[in-house]
Amino acid sequence: MRWRAGETDSRTDTTFLLFSGCVYGNECDVVASKCEHSSVLLKGLQSSMMSEGSSFMKGMILGGIFCLVMAFFETFNSGTHSEGREHLHHHLKPVSKDELQKLSESQMSDWTLQVRVYCLIMVTPKLLVHWATANDTWSKHCDKSVFYTSESSKALEAIDLQEQDEWARLRKAIKHAYENAGDLRWFFVARPTTYAIIENLKYLVLDKDPSQPFYIGHTEKSGELDYVEYDSGIVLSYEAMRRLIEIFKDEDRCPERGHALWKTPEEKQLATCLKYTGVFAENGEDAQGKGLFNKKSVSSLISDSMGQNPADVVEACCSDMAITFGGMSPSQIQVLMYGVYRLRPYGHDFHDSLTFLPPNDSDND
Amino acid sequence: MTFDCQSLSVSKLNSNILIAENRRAALEFSQKVRVLCWVMTQPKHLKSRTQHVRATWGKRCNIVLYMSSEASDFPTVGLNVSEGRSQLYWKTIRAFQHIHTHHLDHADWFLKADDDTFVVLENLRYGLSKHNAEEPLYFGRRFTPFVAQGYMSGGAGYVLSKEALRRFVKGFADGLCTHNTETEDVGLGKCMETMKVQLGDSRDVLGRQTFHPYPPDYYLPRQTPRLRPWYLLYEHYQPVEGPGCCSDLAISFHYIDAVQMHTLEYYSYHLRPYGYKYRFNPNVKIQVKQGKRWLIQTLGVIHLQKKELLYV
Repeated sequence: MRWRAGETDSRTDTTFLLFSGCVYGNECDVVASKCEHSSVLLKGLQSSMMSEGSSFMKGMILGGIFCLVMAFFETFNSGTHSEGREHLHHHLKPVSKDELQKLSESQMSDWTLQVRVYCLIMVTPKLLVHWATANDTWSKHCDKSVFYTSESSKALEAIDLQEQDEWARLRKAIKHAYENAGDLRWFFVARPTTYAIIENLKYLVLDKDPSQPFYIGHTEKSGELDYVEYDSGIVLSYEAMRRLIEIFKDEDRCPERGHALWKTPEEKQLATCLKYTGVFAENGEDAQGKGLFNKKSVSSLISDSMGQNPADVVEACCSDMAITFGGMSPSQIQVLMYGVYRLRPYGHDFHDSLTFLPPNDSDND
Repeated sequence: MTFDCQSLSVSKLNSNILIAENRRAALEFSQKVRVLCWVMTQPKHLKSRTQHVRATWGKRCNIVLYMSSEASDFPTVGLNVSEGRSQLYWKTIRAFQHIHTHHLDHADWFLKADDDTFVVLENLRYGLSKHNAEEPLYFGRRFTPFVAQGYMSGGAGYVLSKEALRRFVKGFADGLCTHNTETEDVGLGKCMETMKVQLGDSRDVLGRQTFHPYPPDYYLPRQTPRLRPWYLLYEHYQPVEGPGCCSDLAISFHYIDAVQMHTLEYYSYHLRPYGYKYRFNPNVKIQVKQGKRWLIQTLGVIHLQKKELLYV
């Protein structure tokens, strides 16, 4: 039932203005602004409730009151998110081939030196096997990789942050990384259950200035908050890190220990803190719009694609320049390592504008 | 300003020459090294397995034939045999006879694969390019038992030269080879021995295997030194476990299900690290430093031109 504002019903004329907006939820704003009339109208309504259809009237009144309450509640909250409503989902793509070809040799070598990555790998003894696998595989391709642990393990080296709380641990790791960055300007945060192809990460951020704030990965939305999913890896530029370090000092907007009844995951806490510094999450994707950051395994993505695009499984599945995959077992990761850095058909070569050399003292890439 | 060697871009001149070489070579290969692939399959498997072969590597063969007990619009060739494990050698014999009758002059090399084998045709052609198809040769994953000179694993796929195919068919025509076993790879191996066909070495210049009877996760994960697991018991060459197991230019893997088939296709032909300079270049005689050793190949006369030298 949808009445137009201004029309009158013979039995319930006063109810139109009050309730017509409430039938379709997003017009409740209209109702909120009219609430000062509501008490008068309700009083008026009560006298007319004697007429037939009184239970219907009661229902309408209850609905209206509920709608008013919700509208009030929303206006109360919307104050802090008003800019959030205009914020669009940001997409970040690598530099195009044409752009790259236009560059001079010196610009190319500048970019190559600039695009160096510090990997922060957040481990715990529970993840020992994945920790060891990350240590033996993709982390070797970071310009600097540091393992940050909740407690030390005799088996593997790491910086022991002696911190059980995940958010506090992440904060400490970020501080440590920023202080020890040297001349590295890009930061990649991941758990060892994620596999990353660092060369493709470099390709994504190649033409982005790290003295600008960047916060990149696979973005998800939680209410009004856009955040980067932890499971598929988080990329931060030097400037984003710097702003984070600053906001960490603000115990009100970016507390170390939350006061809420339930714990907010650290990926959302990170997004919230960054948002206060004016840094927003951006979704990393390739030229075709395919996501580069994946929290699923390759076989899971292939399997999905077989169901959805049986005629074109691999083309539709995943990007050629994918950066991360998640949820893979250690042996699957070792096969992926071989698949990425070694297995290839003879004679298929690419004229890439940059060259990344293999790491020293490594036999599986 | 100090340069960190890991990120420094290599002089473009060297890479471009190597790249141009490889592209030309690969194109020449598909015309000079013609491969006819026949896939051992059955009606039950067309939807669950064979269609994925067709969607991935099947189209890269110069000719691909799907051999089954029944002809169909897949298209499959109908052989005059019934299905079942006991019929595999009959199927193989009939398949090669069919190919000999209808396609002998259409290809130089004849590959047999299963409907759960993944093959990288470019690497097969590269490996075969150094050999003469008029010689009696056969390549694959060499196994030791049952046949004195050894035989090639059926699941990993094996390739016969044109001359080897002629001899196989002639062997049966003259009664020198018979259906003496149900195990097709052993049976064929025995016939190859009888007809004096030589077993080739399909390993790459670093001694790493190219044909694999099991999926990659059987070989690649690191292992502590141990006695040979059951799936490596038949090996002719000393097996290596861990990253040294397998060539970068691998030719086949077996027991590959549908998801793995597309996954391997993705790994081989799509997913790649941007700008990465691969360690292994099969044409170069002095290799990039691997671990702490320099590997130097001395294969006959070495022609080393400055522009071919790869350095770290």
